[in-house]
Amino acid sequence: MRVVDLERTSLRELNQALHALPADTADLRWKVLNPRGMHAVAVGLDAPVSVEIEGNVGYYCAGMNQQASVLVDGNAGVGVAENMMSGVVRVTGDVSQSAGATAHGGLLVIEGDASARCGISMKGVDIVVKGSIGPMSAFMAQAGNLVVLGDAGEALGDSLYEARLWVRGQVKSLGADCIAKEATDEERQILAGVLAKAGLEGEVAAQDFQLYGSARRLYHFHIDNVDAY
Amino acid sequence: MCGIVGLFIRDPALEPRAGELLAQMLGVMSDRGPDSAGFAIYQDAPAGTLKLTLRGTAQSLEGLADGLAAALGAPVRAEPHDTHLVAQVPAAREAEARAWLAAHHPDVAVVGAGRRMEIYKEVGRPDDVARRFALPRMSGSHGIGHTRMATESAVTTRGAHPFSTGLDQCLVHNGSLSNHNSVRRTLQREGLSFETENDSEVAAGYLTWRMRQGATLKEALEASLGDLDGFYTFVVGAENGFAVLRDPIACKPAVMAETARYVAFGSEYRALAGLPGIEEARVFEPEPARVYAWERG
Repeated sequence: MRVVDLERTSLRELNQALHALPADTADLRWKVLNPRGMHAVAVGLDAPVSVEIEGNVGYYCAGMNQQASVLVDGNAGVGVAENMMSGVVRVTGDVSQSAGATAHGGLLVIEGDASARCGISMKGVDIVVKGSIGPMSAFMAQAGNLVVLGDAGEALGDSLYEARLWVRGQVKSLGADCIAKEATDEERQILAGVLAKAGLEGEVAAQDFQLYGSARRLYHFHIDNVDAY
Repeated sequence: MCGIVGLFIRDPALEPRAGELLAQMLGVMSDRGPDSAGFAIYQDAPAGTLKLTLRGTAQSLEGLADGLAAALGAPVRAEPHDTHLVAQVPAAREAEARAWLAAHHPDVAVVGAGRRMEIYKEVGRPDDVARRFALPRMSGSHGIGHTRMATESAVTTRGAHPFSTGLDQCLVHNGSLSNHNSVRRTLQREGLSFETENDSEVAAGYLTWRMRQGATLKEALEASLGDLDGFYTFVVGAENGFAVLRDPIACKPAVMAETARYVAFGSEYRALAGLPGIEEARVFEPEPARVYAWERG
C-alpha cells in the first residue's frame, strides 16, 4: 500500500502521482493521511485503484472519478464525486451541498447526511444516502437513482427530468413538476440492485421506499405560460 | 467569494488563546479573501468604561488619548494597535467623547464602540492584517472575522468587515445583496447614515435599525429574511456571543463545529481544522433561513 501524508507531501504531488498511474498499475491501494479539509483531493482519477482518505476533505473530493474506488473516512465538503463517470465513492460521515452533482455514472454512498442540492443535475449516477438529504436535492436531475434511507428536505426534485428519487422517510415538500409515483416491479428491481451495490442487501427492503419522479409537465412549452416570457 | 469565521469559547482556560486561534482561522481563509481582512474580539474592560475603537494614521492618533482625557476631565486608557487605537472612556461620557473626536479629529473614524467589543480591519493579506494588529496575542471570550474578496464595492479599509451594527455588535457577511441600494435609501430616510457603497454595510444598518425599533438580535435577523434579497451568510457578534444566519437557499457555504470547549464557525472546514480537539467535535452545516445563536450564560 502507498501511504501519502498530506502534512508532508503536497496535494498536487499526490494528485499527479495518481494521474500518472497506467491502466495496468500494480499500485492498487493508496492511503491518504491528514487531508484537513483540503479541496480537490483525489480528483480526476482514471485507474482501477482504491484510495482511502483518513479524515475530513474539502470541496470536490473524487470529482470526475473514473474506475477508482475512493473512501473518505470522515466528512466531505461541497461537490463530493461531482461529475463522476464510473467507480465508487463512499463517505463514512456527512457531506456538504451538491454531492454527486452532474455525475454520469458510478456509485456514491454517503453513510451520514447530505446537505442541500444532493444529486443536482445528476445524469446517470446512483447515489445512496443512509441518512437524510437537505433542501433542493435532485434539482433538474436527468437520470440515475437517488436513494435516501432517511428524509428529504424542501423542494425535492424541482424541475426534474427522468431520474428516479427513492425516499424511505418523509419528504418535506416536492419541487415543481416532481410527483410521487407508483413503482413498477422492474423499477423496484433496479432499486434492489442499487441497494445491493451499496452493500445494503438484506438490511434494507426495496419495498419500503416511495418513488418520486417527473410529472413531465415542464417538458414542452405551454401556451398558458406565454406571459412569463 | 469571501471567508468568514467565528469562535465562541466555552472553556475559560481557552480564552487566552482566542486571538491566536482566530488569527489562524483567518489565515487559512486567505484564499477566499485576499484583499482585506478584519475581526472583532470581545474582552472585558473595567466596569463603567466603554471601548471606542478608532482608526486613523500614526500622526492623527498621536496624542489623541491625552487630548480626549483633558477634554473629558477623566482618565482615558489607550491601547494603540497599528492604524487603530482602542480608547477606554467613561461609559456615561460616550456622546461627549464622540463629539470631541468629530470636532478635533475629523479624519479619525470610530470603527465601533462597546463594553467588550474591539474591531480591527485593514486592506492586505489576512495573515499580515492579523499580525499588524497583534491578534495572536489577544485574549477574549469570542470573536468573529472576515477575509474579503471585493465584488460589490472598492477595496478600501472602510469597505472591509466587520461593520458595527451598534454597541457591542458587528456583522461579517459572505455573499452579495441585490436590493442594497433600495434598502439603503429606505434606511437613510429613517435617519441612518452610511460611509460606503458596500452592500454589507447596508445589512449591518438594517439590523441596527430593526434593533433600534425594539427587536432582539434574533428577531432582527429573522426580519432580514423578508427584507434583504440576495446571497448571504451572516455572522453577527454581540456582547455575549454570536449569531449565524444563511439565506433561504443556503447559497454561501457554512460549517460549524461544537465541542465542550468552544463553538466555531467557518466558511469551510479548513478554517476549523487547526482548532484543538476538532477531531472529536460535532461538525454540522447550519440550515438555511434559521437563526443560530450562542451566548454566554
